[in-house]
Formats: sequence, C-alpha cells, structure tokens
Amino acid sequence: MEKKYTISIYTENSVGLLNRVSAIFQRRHINIISITSSASEIEDVSRFVIVVNLTEEAVKKVVGQIEKQIEVIKAFYHTDEETIFQESALYKVASKSLFEERHIQNIIKNSHANIVTVNTEFFVIEKTGFRHETEQLYKDLAPYGLLQFVRSGRISVTKSPMNIKALLTELNDKNKSDE
Amino acid sequence: MPFYDELYKFQDKLQHVLTRHEQGATHAAQGYARVSGRVGVCVATSGPGATNLVTGIADAMIDSTPMVCITGQVPSHLLGSDAFQETDIIGISTPVTKWNYQVTDVAEIPEIMAKAFYIARSGRPGPVLVDITKDAQFASFDFEYTPCNGVRSYKPIPKVNTASIDAAAALIATAKKPLIVWGQGIILGKAEAEFKRFVEKSNIPAAWTILGVSAIATDHPKNVGMVGMHGNYGPNKLTNECDVLIAIGMRFDDRVTGDLASYAKQAKVIHLEIDPAEINKNVTADVAVLGDVKETLPLLAEKVSPKPYTDWFAEFKKHEAIEYEKVIKNDLHPTKEGLTMGEVLKEINRASNDDAVIVSDVGQHQMIACRYARFSNSKSNVTSGGLGTMGFALPAAIGAKMGAPEREVVAIIGDGGFQMTIQELGTIFQTQAAVKVVVLNNDFLGMVRQWQQLFFDKRYASTEMVNPDFVKIAEGYFIDAKRVTKREDLSSAVDEMVASDKPYFLEVCVEKEDNVFPMIPSGASVSDIRLS
Repeated sequence: MEKKYTISIYTENSVGLLNRVSAIFQRRHINIISITSSASEIEDVSRFVIVVNLTEEAVKKVVGQIEKQIEVIKAFYHTDEETIFQESALYKVASKSLFEERHIQNIIKNSHANIVTVNTEFFVIEKTGFRHETEQLYKDLAPYGLLQFVRSGRISVTKSPMNIKALLTELNDKNKSDE
Repeated sequence: MPFYDELYKFQDKLQHVLTRHEQGATHAAQGYARVSGRVGVCVATSGPGATNLVTGIADAMIDSTPMVCITGQVPSHLLGSDAFQETDIIGISTPVTKWNYQVTDVAEIPEIMAKAFYIARSGRPGPVLVDITKDAQFASFDFEYTPCNGVRSYKPIPKVNTASIDAAAALIATAKKPLIVWGQGIILGKAEAEFKRFVEKSNIPAAWTILGVSAIATDHPKNVGMVGMHGNYGPNKLTNECDVLIAIGMRFDDRVTGDLASYAKQAKVIHLEIDPAEINKNVTADVAVLGDVKETLPLLAEKVSPKPYTDWFAEFKKHEAIEYEKVIKNDLHPTKEGLTMGEVLKEINRASNDDAVIVSDVGQHQMIACRYARFSNSKSNVTSGGLGTMGFALPAAIGAKMGAPEREVVAIIGDGGFQMTIQELGTIFQTQAAVKVVVLNNDFLGMVRQWQQLFFDKRYASTEMVNPDFVKIAEGYFIDAKRVTKREDLSSAVDEMVASDKPYFLEVCVEKEDNVFPMIPSGASVSDIRLS
C-alpha cells in the first residue's frame, strides 16, 4: 500500500548532488511531492527532506540507492507519525483589500499568520504550519484576490535521534586510522 | 591539448592507445580492467568526445567495472555559455557513474584524481568521471600528491556481522538440496581461492552467471554450469527445486531469474553481497551476509561441514544428459552441413588449451561463447553483461590484450556488433595488439531474428544484414585474415590463428538460422526453460 514517507538525507555539501539524488527518483518514475535542501545541525553537512508517496518496500529500495551515493552520509525514511513537520507559505495581497475589506484582518488574526511587509501597493502574509492550515488560509484569502502565492516544501525533524554527529566522528576516526 | 602535450613528455612511462572512437576507448578500458583487476582509464575531449563515452560508462556501471574517465571541458568562465564543444557531461553522466566531479581549479587535481581512482576500485567498483576545465589544465601550481585512503561519507565495505555468518551456516546445515549461484563479485573481490575452498569444503553444486564464470575452472567437479536465459538446463530447472539458494556476489538480474514471482520460491535464500542496496532488491534474502566475499567466505567455510548430496548431484547429471542429447551434441558435433557457432568455440578451446581470454560481444554468439568456452583461469570471460552493448567486444579485446599481454585473447563477435565498432581494427593495426578476432557471420542480427522466429511468426523485420567483405576490410588494415565456410577448413584455420603472434582476423560463415537453446522465454519462469 502506498503511503506518504519523508526521506531525510544527510550529505556532504557538493555541486551536483541534488541532480544525483533526484535522478534516483526520476529513473524509477517516482514523482517527488516536495523537496527541500538546507544546512543541517552539523557544519558543512546538508540535509535534504523529500516527500514521496510509495509503498514501504519501494521507499526502502530508494533509500538504499540514495545511501549508495558517495557523498551521502546517511539516509532515512519516516512516516508522518514519526516526524515533526511544517511548511511555509507566502500570500501577496493588494493593500487596498486590507483596508477596504475588514474581514480580511480577522482572517489573518484567526489563522495566526504574520504580516511580513506592507506598502501602498501590496502586503505579504506568511503562514507556517500543516498543509491543511496553509490551504485553508489560501481558500480564505482567495476571494480577496491573491496577487501571488507560494508554498515551501516540507521541512521536518524526526522524533527519534539521528546521531549523525557520532557517525561522522566514527567515520573521521576510521579514515584517520586507515591512513 | 595541454593534457596531451604533457603526455608527450611521458611517452616512455605511460602507454597511450589512440582508439578510433571514444566509445572504443571506454570498452578498451573496460577490457583492460576486467582481465587485470586494475582501474582502466580513458580520456576524451569535451562535447562530442565526452558524450561518446556514455555507452561505455553505462556498461561499466551496470557491470561494476573500475574505470576512470577524464574529459576536457571549456574554460570555467565559459561554462554555461554554449561555448564550442561545451556539453554538460557531469549532468549527462551522473546516472551512469559511481561518482563524477568537475575540476575548475588546478590545485584540486591531485586530490580529485586520487579520490577518483580510490572510488572506482574500492567496494563495489564502478566508473568515475573527472571533467577538467581548460583553464585548470593550463594553470600550474606546486604539485603535492597524497594518496586517498578514504572518503568520509563513503563506506565501501560493510562491516561483517558474525551473526549473519552463523545464520547462514545454520541454514546450510539443514539443507538437503543446496545450490550456489555465484557472480562477478568473486572475481571483483579477488576471492577465487576463498570461493574454491568454500565450494570444496561444503561440497555444494555451484552454478554461475555469465560475469562470474571463470572464477573457478570449467572442469571443476562441483561446477554445474550457467544459470539464466540461455544457461544450462540443470541449474535453471533445479533453481526451482533447491531448498537453500546461496547467492554469492551476484545481483539477481532478470536475465538470471526470469519471472521473479516463480523464482526459487521454495528455497531459503542466503545472499552474500558487498552492496547493501542489492539485498532484497529483486529477491528477498532470508539471510543477508553483507561484506567483502574475501572476508565472509572463509568465515562461512569454517562453519560448514560437507555432505555427499549424492542424489542431488545425480539430478544435475540427469539434466545434463538431457541437455547434451537435445542441444549440446548438435551444437558441438553437428551432423548437418552448415557450421555451428558451438563447433567454432570447441575448436578455440582445443587450440588454446581451454585457457584463452574470451571477449564476446552481444547476441547469439555471446551466449554460445559463454556456454561453451572452457576456462582454466579467472578473469577470462569479458563480455557486456547488464547493458548488452553491441560493439563492445572488438575494443574490449584490445584493452584485454594490453591488460594481460601474456595471454591469448580471442574476441568472438557477430556480424552485427562487429560493424558497430569496426573502426577499431585501425587501433589493432596501429598498436599491433595481438588480438584474435573471430566474427561468427550469419548475415543476421541473430538473436533478434531468433525471437522473431519463435515469437513473431518468422517476420524478420530489419534483422537481415547485407554485409561487406569482412576479410577485405581486415586486409585493408593489413591484418592477416581468413574466411572459413566449410567444416573441413575450420580446425586448421583456428590453429593458424592461435599460432600467430600477430593480430589475426577470422570470419566463420555459420548457419544462418540456428537458434540458441536452452532458452527461458522472456518473462517465463526458470522452470519453463525450453530445449527446442
């Protein structure tokens, strides 16, 4: 049965690795629902967070192929229940509606969204949360005219520890002893 | 240009082989690597030079061949500007390389080259591509070389879990009908001696994949033959009767397993493998023994005790007798007029004392070569396995001869594949690499024609070849050449070829519509192997 899995990948920070990782999905005709890449808790180590719909058997195989890449330090997969995850969305709305449509102020307040910037032309609202929350705000704001909307990929941390630091220390020591 | 200008100064230290096409360079590097166990190297210029490498790189990737490809690239300030002969070879080669890297700064070169060779040869080997921009080639710096002993994020060999060895040994102890299927992992792991000891100590019948053959001698008493689509009758049939299947350094390719849903379902599977991603990829392992077979096989050998398996070995003999009667006899000792590919192989075995390096291309002749070539030493069968690259054999044979100059190297090629890299006859002429080239000519793309005959009512769509005079072409390159069309001329022609210490070309005109059997039809079970 297909299910939503979050794949977390710790990697060296190198040019072309995103291509190498995404090629693994493309080759197997797997659609990536979202992908983000950022710094991790360790200096010079990047972290990819990729969301896919797959069977557990398939996600296991994909993670195996990802781990095989030279510059991948470690890859994991988790279910939603095993992670804490969020997405961010930005909504650009014409400024006149903020002043002319009183209801819009209540929407912003009730959704716990933040106003990032306001000028005479437009204002930008930021909302971080679960998908259904950013979608609800989209639905609520749409009638007032969204000039632009964008949503980030999922970012997530796991409930269980990752211990990448310990793994890296071990790998560094091993390489030293080999020399 | 700057790279080659430097090479000019090292002509007495470094042998450079000028192939006629970059694809030829990759296959030659592969042939060199496969017979020598060392890393093969090829060099190409940017743009089309680099893209011409891709087929060979993909071939090396799927067959785990250690290779380093060095490509030129436009100056770094022109990257992305669609400059003359610019191509994104890093992007293009990413899915078919174990690792690749673009050097834009000369100071990186020593470290990256050391890393490239380390990655190519360690763990499960594979191809690495290093792309070097022109400015990095022209610049100079104070050279300092440090060998590479490790890459932080890369674990080439998984740590052996002794519990997995115990579990495997326990499973083997319960077996009444165990079967070993070994692959190229034995050869890549340089574990032939360890493997032989394991086979002899356990007394378990052992079958091979086409990349694994020659790890132990053909006439070894426990060697029960080839598995897969055109493998032997016994090991294929009995895969579905064994109770414990011990897979060693092989990856359960679909040409080996046939239909996975009906592959060895009755058996407990033990999988000895260096690459964790291969475990449970195609066939679920009851016991996975991760690690280098050179390390795991002795541990396992220590824990197994031999059993006679008399009835079980008799089953293989019984199947072998059936296959001999229905297939082998007609292949090797034909009574009909036309020459068979099998009898050519039989003559090559005889003339080379079962000890040639056989380099085969892709198709019917390849299956015949793998089935009938007899081997006494390891690293002797060089063929394009996973990718099935027609055109592989001629250049690969050149590399093989250079990797093992003391050995007899015989390329077995079909008339179709020969014409895909035929220009490398020029490389043979120029280098005088004493390669023996045998073209088995049936004027067809024979394997496709066989499928058309069996599964498409003999509709031979675009498989018939109108061929040139191959002997004249070889002679045009000043290579000794002969054509054989009659059985009575075959033996002496093969003798003459093997006796020659120069390059030699032999065309054998074989029966046009012979088929390769046994055969597991595509998508069928190994049990459904056909003898006719």
